[in-house]
Parts: sequence; structure tokens; C-alpha cells
Amino acid sequence: MASMTMIQALNSALDVMMERDPNVLTFGEDVGYFGGVFKVTEHLQKKYGAKRCFDAPINECGIAGAAIGMAVYGLRPVIEIQFADYMYPAYDQLVSEAARIRYRSANDYTVPLTVRMPYGGGIYGGQTHSQSPEALFTHVAGLKTVIPATPYDAKGLLISAIEDDDPVVFLEPKRVYNGPFDGRRDRPVIPWSKHPASDVPEGYYKVPLGKANIVREGADLTILAYGTMVHVAVAAVEDSGIDAEVLDLRTLLPVDIDAIVASVCKTGRCVIVHEATRTSGYGAELSALVQEHCFYKLEAPIERVTGFDTPYPHALEWDYFPTPPRIIKAMRRAMEA
Amino acid sequence: MSRRSNALDLHIPAPRARPGDAPDFSGWSFPEPGETPRPEIDAPAVELREFAYGLIRVLDMDGAAIGPWAPRLAPEALRRGLKYMLLLRAFDERMHRAQRQGKTSFYMQSHGEEAISIAQTMALDPSDMCFPSYRQQGILIARDYPLVDMMNQIYSNKHDPMKGRQLPVMYSSKKDGFFSISGNLATQVPQAVGWAMASAYAGDVRIASTWLGEGSTAEGDFHAAMTFASVYRAPVIVNVVNNQWAISSFQGIAGGENTTFAARGVGYGVPPLRVDGNDFLAVYAVTQWAAERARANLGPTLIEHFTYRAGPHSTSDDPARYRPTDEARAWPLGDPIERLKQHLMVLGEWREDQHRAAQEEALETVRATGREAEKVGVLGVEGAHEATSMFDDVYKDVPWHLRRQREDLGA
Repeated sequence: MASMTMIQALNSALDVMMERDPNVLTFGEDVGYFGGVFKVTEHLQKKYGAKRCFDAPINECGIAGAAIGMAVYGLRPVIEIQFADYMYPAYDQLVSEAARIRYRSANDYTVPLTVRMPYGGGIYGGQTHSQSPEALFTHVAGLKTVIPATPYDAKGLLISAIEDDDPVVFLEPKRVYNGPFDGRRDRPVIPWSKHPASDVPEGYYKVPLGKANIVREGADLTILAYGTMVHVAVAAVEDSGIDAEVLDLRTLLPVDIDAIVASVCKTGRCVIVHEATRTSGYGAELSALVQEHCFYKLEAPIERVTGFDTPYPHALEWDYFPTPPRIIKAMRRAMEA
Repeated sequence: MSRRSNALDLHIPAPRARPGDAPDFSGWSFPEPGETPRPEIDAPAVELREFAYGLIRVLDMDGAAIGPWAPRLAPEALRRGLKYMLLLRAFDERMHRAQRQGKTSFYMQSHGEEAISIAQTMALDPSDMCFPSYRQQGILIARDYPLVDMMNQIYSNKHDPMKGRQLPVMYSSKKDGFFSISGNLATQVPQAVGWAMASAYAGDVRIASTWLGEGSTAEGDFHAAMTFASVYRAPVIVNVVNNQWAISSFQGIAGGENTTFAARGVGYGVPPLRVDGNDFLAVYAVTQWAAERARANLGPTLIEHFTYRAGPHSTSDDPARYRPTDEARAWPLGDPIERLKQHLMVLGEWREDQHRAAQEEALETVRATGREAEKVGVLGVEGAHEATSMFDDVYKDVPWHLRRQREDLGA
């Protein structure tokens, strides 16, 4: 065991998999010599050589397209899209190609591809370094979408994603890369070393895709969250005095429906939290699932706390970003209904 | 409305001839057959730029093979190539008609472009990997893929290898090195480059070849692919089939007015060969050159095949609405089948009666195969595929939400 930040844990996952499987290679913008702008691929080129960890031209369509070709060949490429906000030129390759090749070839060709991309706000990144595009992937048949919230899960989930035989979009909450930021900006940021989920085995282990994690047990209300918002939700529960259960979904597609249903049917109240814009966001799908599966157990309308339906506003970031007070307001509405 | 004397003017390219006009290829000039030198395969890309603006030709219009590009192909191989082209044309005609008869929803012929897919497949190694567009069905034919399975796919019947999921002509066959066809244009080009990079990464000996139309070179994917191919010196052949028409848009709309499509390679530092696409021998020769270069770790080649789409874009298209109906007949570089036939006859290796017999044999093969496929079923026959099979192969394992949706459908 070692104490790792999420960046170190992701780096360790790549290291472990490149060590185990010569078919695993990684590339992307600034990924090689420099080790990535967030340092997730640091030292990998030195350790495994330039052919297994290299820089790519600034062309996300080409990065994704080439990686699909490699996966079709039989490799297991892991590509980095420098920011999730840059993925749109790759979208056609991911949606029309990676997602459908198994299906359209009747299982003849497969695409074991992992697409890593840092996402989310809270870093003063403005419109082009802060977006949360997860719903653009969960809406696509043939893709899996994964978002870790802790170093332990980040490593175990990334290893599962790399070993998965289908394309996996792996969104990394960059606001918690270096510490479990919980949205309480008036307090000093806690380092990962103070958080139990930073205890990460140095070797190989997996966290299965499609399984949620109960971060905090509670009786009165369920909060469904993922990524950075897991930590914000936990802070909100602490500050609210409400005995809420916090579920970290970890995989958005396929989502752990059993965990969601068990929790919401137990508490009868549900608050959904995400950073992404609200309308047609992933929260809408969660809300529909809760309604379909838990309607007769619900004591209150389902609440959503999300980013607003605006582009990400640079200087107004902290009015946009869902914070504990906004979540607490939603929790109180759910409790008082 | 008065215009200022210095007013800017927007240029919208237009073809020379539209329906009702006489076909107009006047002013086009091509190098003579045999005139273009054949460079060494290790010539640096900078020394090959002029090839982008010429046209590599081997066959003259009387059927003689001339010059350094003439491949040393035995008459038996030439006859095989000719028979494949005849089979492809007969197959296309039959399937085009089958769509008109309501047996399928859609078809795309490669009429006039047969030399490209057939000669190139023969020049490649059978284990090389092909990432085609939708008009290279000749690859499957020249790799002796069962014709009946092509028809089964077109009919989406019970034996359709794609299980009724794909639009007709969107074949896939891994064992034949034929990648699953996408209807989204040019997406296969960066994939081919990636496959070639993987082959080089793995120390394999197989190369990749990919095809796209001149219209699709305007897609970003093409330029992404050229950048990656050049940067990583990928063992890949990128073939631009310039058949003059992208549905109703003439090649000028894709940027062909001011330069050639082969010239796209110049900017990427990729050897740009421009070849008469209706000249079986020239197509074979440039492909062999590019394949040798790729196998020698010398990287990619861009080939522009200068040809003419003699048929409609697809069964959903009527070219009489946007181009002269006799334009194909006026095409200055002739018909690829006629030209190879002529060459074999000049060699004394082929006679009219043999040609008629080969044509009849191709027709009979297609007819017999058609009966066999139609016995299995045509599009719309109930029960060809279990409705619930639509949930298979979305993922390796069926996740819970698809299982529930399958149950909702009533299984």
C-alpha cells in the first residue's frame, strides 16, 4: 500500500497494465516525453520506450481514429484527450465508429479502447477546460462511461476499463486530481494523504465496472453523485445534519441500478447532483430510473442540483459550481415535502 | 442593386457541363502512356512532388503496355483480373436490378471503377488489411469471398453475415482483411493509419490500404489521417478514388479546381502518385510500388485514382438530373474492362469469343448465386432474424438495461 493522489493512482494503473500486457500502449497530446499536462503518464515513456507512450499531433479525430485502428488490430490503446472539452473533433469516431464496430460487424471486429479525459470545473478553466460532457457518452449505445471519485477507485476502475473488451470513456474529475475538494472554498484543501481512499495497492487490482459504492450510509435521504460531486455531497451531508446516504455511482453506463433502487427505496427521498448542465443531463436519466423503480416508495419529488444551462462562466465559476449550500437547500426541500 | 467597382465576389465552383449540355473534357491534357518515370521505392518524398500533377499511364488507348511502370504480369494473372472485373460488373448490374425489383432497399455499383479495387487487391498481399469505402466490393470479389454471402448481406436475409444490422453493401470480413464499412465518410482513413501503426508497433509484416472518394477528402478525418500517417511513417496506402462526382457535386466542390487530389500529399510530405484509374496495369503498378515502399518501412503513399463514376451514386440517385447522360461514354480514358480486354487481345492472349464466354460465365455465376440467395430470402421476409437479436453485440455481454429492453420487446 502507498498513499497516492488520483494522478499517481492513474499513473500506477497505466504502469501496471503496460508491465503486464505488451498490447497496452498510450498516446495523446503532450503524453510522451512530458508525461501529460496533468502528469498522468509521467515516466512511462522513459520506462517503456517511446513506442508505448508517445506524443500525438493536436488532432483528437486522428487520436481516436488511429486508436480505433490499433484496437481493431488487437492492441489495447489508452488515449488521453487533454481536456474533455477538446473531445468534440473525436466525437464522430467515438460515437459512429468505436461504439458500433462490434455491432455492425456482427462481433467480427471489436474495439478494446480506453479514452481518458479530464473533465469538470472548479479550476478557473473557463468554457473550454471545465465541461462535463458525460451525458453525450451515456446517450450512445455501445460505449461505457466511467467516472472515479478517489485514487483507489481511479486505479481499479482504469485497470478494469483497459481490460474491458468494449470502448470505455474514462472521465477523470480533475478538480480532485490532487485532493478531495469538497466545495467548501473557505477551508484549506485537504491532501489525498489525509483521505482513507488514497491508500492504494501498488500492484494489480480491479474495481469492477457497473458497481456503485456507498460512501456514507444514511436512513433519511439518498444522494446520487459521481466524480468531484461525491466529495461535495459528503460535505453537504456533514453540514446539513440530515442522515443522508451518499452513493458514488462510479460507472454511469451500465449504471448500478440495484444499488440505486435499494438505497432510494430505503430512504424514500432522492437528490441527484452533477456539475454538467441540467437539461438532458445524466441526472435526467437518473431521475427517470428512480421514478420508474421507486415511485411507490418516494416521499418527496426527486431533486436535481446541477450546473446551470449556460456555457461555463469563467469569473462566475463559484456561482455556477454546485456547492454544499445548494445541495443542502435541495435536501431540505426533499425532507420538508 | 449597384455594385461597387472594388466589390468582392464569391466564387462557387461549377462543372462545365450540366444535363442537356454536351460532355466537355476539352483542354484536359495527360502525359502519354509510358512517359512518366518510375522512381526507386526509397526516393525521398520531396523528390516525388511532380508525380502529384502528372498521370501515370501504362496502357495506351490501343491496348499496348508502355514504359517503366508496365508491371510484369503473366497473361494468366491479366485474364484473372479481367474475369474478376467482369464478375464485379455482372454482380453490380444484377444487384442494382434487384433493388429496382424491391428485393432490397439500397445498392451501390462500382461501374467504371472496377480496375481500382481488383488490380489493387491483386497487387496487395492477401493478408494485407483493407479499410475500404462503400465502392470497393471488388476487394471481396478478388479475395474470392463467397458471392452468395455478399448477396445474403444485401438481402439482409437469414444468412446475412451482418445479421440484418447493416445497410446493404456495408460488408465486413475479418478473415479476408476487409474492414466493416461505415456510412460516415472517411472515418476509415485514420483507422487504417492506426491499424498500420499497430502492425509496425507489433513488428508484423502486413500493411494497410484504405480508400475514400475525392469528395470525402474534404472531411477532417482525411487530413487527420494524412498527418498521422506522415508523422509516424505508417505502412499504409491511402487511395483517393477521384471519380469526378460526389453524388451531385463535381470534384471542384471538394477542391479539385485549383490542384489535384494527389497534391494533398505534397503538404504532408507523403509521396503523391496520380494514376489513370481506368488503366488496370498502371493501377497495379503504383499499388505494387506503394506496397513495397510501405513494407520497407519507408512509410505511406497517397494515390489519386483518376476515374469516372459511370453509374449513379447509389440506387437512390439519378445522375441525369445533374450531369450529361453521355458523359461516361465521353470519358477520355475509356472503360477499364474494355481497355484490359484490348491489351490481352493485343498480346494475342484473348479473343472475342473467349471474352463473350467469360461474360456469359460471369452472368451465369451471378444468376445462379442470385437464385441461391433469394431462396434463403430477400429484404422484408418475416422471421429472417429474431427481433431480440438486435440486442446482441452492442457490448460483449448484454448489460441489465438492454436485458430489460429485450424483455419489454417480449422475449
